Amino acid sequence: MSGEQKMNRRSFLRGSLGAAGGMAAVAAALTPLKDLDLSEMTVDHFLQKHYKEMSPKEIDQVIERISKEVEERYDLRPELKDVKPMDGVEFTYLLNLGRCIGCRKCVHACVAENNQSRSPEIQYIRVLEMPRGSVNLEHSNHHYGDKKVPSKDHFYMPVQCHQCDNPPCVKVCPVEATWKEDDGIVVIDYDWCIGCRYCEAACPYWARRFNFAEPEIPKKDLNPKMGYLSNRPRHKGVMEKCHFCLHRTREGKLPACLEVCPVGARKFGNINDPNSEVVQILKTKRIFILKQEVGTKPRFFYYFDEDYGFGD
Amino acid sequence: MKDYLRFLRRCFRISFVGDWRYYLWMFLLSVVALFGLNAYSQQLVHGLQTTGMTDQVSWGLYIANFTYLVGMAAAAVMLVIPVYIYKNKDLHDLVIFGELFAVASILMCLLFVTVDLGRPDRFIHLFLRFNWPISMLTWDVLVLNGYLLLNLHICGYLIYCAYRRTRPGKWFYIPFVFVAIFWAISIHTVTAFLYSGLGSRPLWNSAVLAPRFLASAFSAGPAFLVLALQVIRRFSDYKVPDGALQMLRKIITVALSINMFLLGSEMFTEFYTQAEHSASAQYLFFGLAGKHALVPWIWTAIGMNSLALVLLFFPISKSLKWLNLSCALMIVGIWIEKGMGLIVPAFIPSPLGEMVEYKPTTNEILVSLGIWAFGLLVFTILVRITIPVLSGRLTIDSVHPAELPNAFSTKTFN
Ligand code: SF4
Ligand code: SF4
Repeated sequence: MSGEQKMNRRSFLRGSLGAAGGMAAVAAALTPLKDLDLSEMTVDHFLQKHYKEMSPKEIDQVIERISKEVEERYDLRPELKDVKPMDGVEFTYLLNLGRCIGCRKCVHACVAENNQSRSPEIQYIRVLEMPRGSVNLEHSNHHYGDKKVPSKDHFYMPVQCHQCDNPPCVKVCPVEATWKEDDGIVVIDYDWCIGCRYCEAACPYWARRFNFAEPEIPKKDLNPKMGYLSNRPRHKGVMEKCHFCLHRTREGKLPACLEVCPVGARKFGNINDPNSEVVQILKTKRIFILKQEVGTKPRFFYYFDEDYGFGD
Repeated sequence: MKDYLRFLRRCFRISFVGDWRYYLWMFLLSVVALFGLNAYSQQLVHGLQTTGMTDQVSWGLYIANFTYLVGMAAAAVMLVIPVYIYKNKDLHDLVIFGELFAVASILMCLLFVTVDLGRPDRFIHLFLRFNWPISMLTWDVLVLNGYLLLNLHICGYLIYCAYRRTRPGKWFYIPFVFVAIFWAISIHTVTAFLYSGLGSRPLWNSAVLAPRFLASAFSAGPAFLVLALQVIRRFSDYKVPDGALQMLRKIITVALSINMFLLGSEMFTEFYTQAEHSASAQYLFFGLAGKHALVPWIWTAIGMNSLALVLLFFPISKSLKWLNLSCALMIVGIWIEKGMGLIVPAFIPSPLGEMVEYKPTTNEILVSLGIWAFGLLVFTILVRITIPVLSGRLTIDSVHPAELPNAFSTKTFN
């Protein structure tokens, strides 16, 4: 063997050893992936279209598949429906700041109704406790104890998605995974969201919640009455938020947070119906729009009873 | 075509050849990159809970690095403009390194955005329903990828021409160079608009954000190149004239002055008016409601940048030792200012006034370091290939010593 050939062999050997070593190192680095949950990475998932692009038949198929997946995971056959907006209806939510006692019953009713993750905990409604006088978010207490409410010197302000008519969250979404429906509700296609969290940065009401981990809900607590764009179970890595309980409200029922409120601080209805209670209140009471200056035109308003001396 | 494939093959081969320092450097980078890959695998399995991000601070280290690197990529124009508009000779042969760095930076940017996604497997949705022109993020995707292609074309074309010993056809690259100049400004402007367009975040919602981004990028980017060029000069026989470094020094001085001025103006508006919406700035610079995790960071950054600027103003910075020190200072200083100092505090307090601080986790830091290592790895390889080609030693009809069979034992790294 000539010297050059020897060299050639040597460098070849070195080269292949290096390549093998490199490959082994990459494989070792990737070992955690053996625990990757692949149930959501099937061809069906991959090919599923955007909600707005699916034909009714395709939606039915997807609903069937999702129902099966839910059943497998929670041992419970869900009643999953794709409820559409009602003609001529636009929803409005009103909250009486003079009444709210800060008991957080709405928060928990919402979690139960909408299959929010119990661990890690996700809640759509945040109740702020503020010193009486003026609405100053910088002085709000988010973590007051439930026990001694209401406190005499404070008032309580629940905040949830305001279903803005000019929603910045919708504007910023790069893939149109979130949009405003005809009845004004801003919804999310959980199967389309890529989890960039741009919408969460854009929302002035801190209404959006991200699934940083795979949501956990005890089987017995799952609410089987589900809407496609509302409370069907989500997976990790996607955004969610309040949707005015659209699977209920589009069928003429009231939102869960409203039903549970012990003092009747919450009012919900169709703003296009001049006889509705919400229109009457909007016409006659003092209305407050949180962060009006950001110009997102919320569908969620705060109001005060005449006799409630706010500001003294 | 056959020639081209052979060219690629030779490039590939030569990137594995160098002296022990080259191997050591590449080995270290690979190790860090692999740790990053491992950490990212963890994140894929467990979700973004492996990071320090929360619903309150929903963007952190990843997006901070992304922002910084968009600036680094844009900074390549600071070499291009003097050469192609002002016909600067010293920088002429160095432009390509700026562009190669831009390529590596954009790659890192794209990786940082990808690791930030909750559902990277749905990446394809970007192609199926692209919310353009409404969403600024889609603009960013377009301009970043466009910039990557532009630079790949310019570098690739010039290098391949040198390899074939042909004169580059002006029409094949000069127009692209000029497009790239505007494009570079656009990538960083669009990235600034990504933030400044959000009415919900007063700290970002400011018109000087875009100019600030550009000024800081045009200081940190050339500063990095000053250091990189000296490394190239040291370890190869490629000519890097001192005049080039001095030219960059002037650019950096101007850019950094503007940056400090804009930061000052921003601080003045935030604090003189004492408006309620300056809560984030208050938190950043002085702490708020007993929370002040970012205070040491921002003052360190301001200290480093000011020191760098003072050094640059004095003639001693003409000596490379001091120039290097100020470059190093501002590379770090601006990283902090733009990352921990701009992305994170906009989330604190939350839009509802809640004070939740952010601290990156080890896993998150590993992923970030991994991406940096990978980017530097790519940059090193690109430079490794470019030097022998441009200096005429690796051409279509030559055999580069590094390609000889005994190359592994020679000490050539050039
Ligand atoms: S409150 Fe936030 S999430 Fe709801 S519609 Fe408005 S911007 Fe979007
Ligand atoms: S997190 Fe999802 S819904 Fe929000 S902007 Fe990103 S893709 Fe759209």
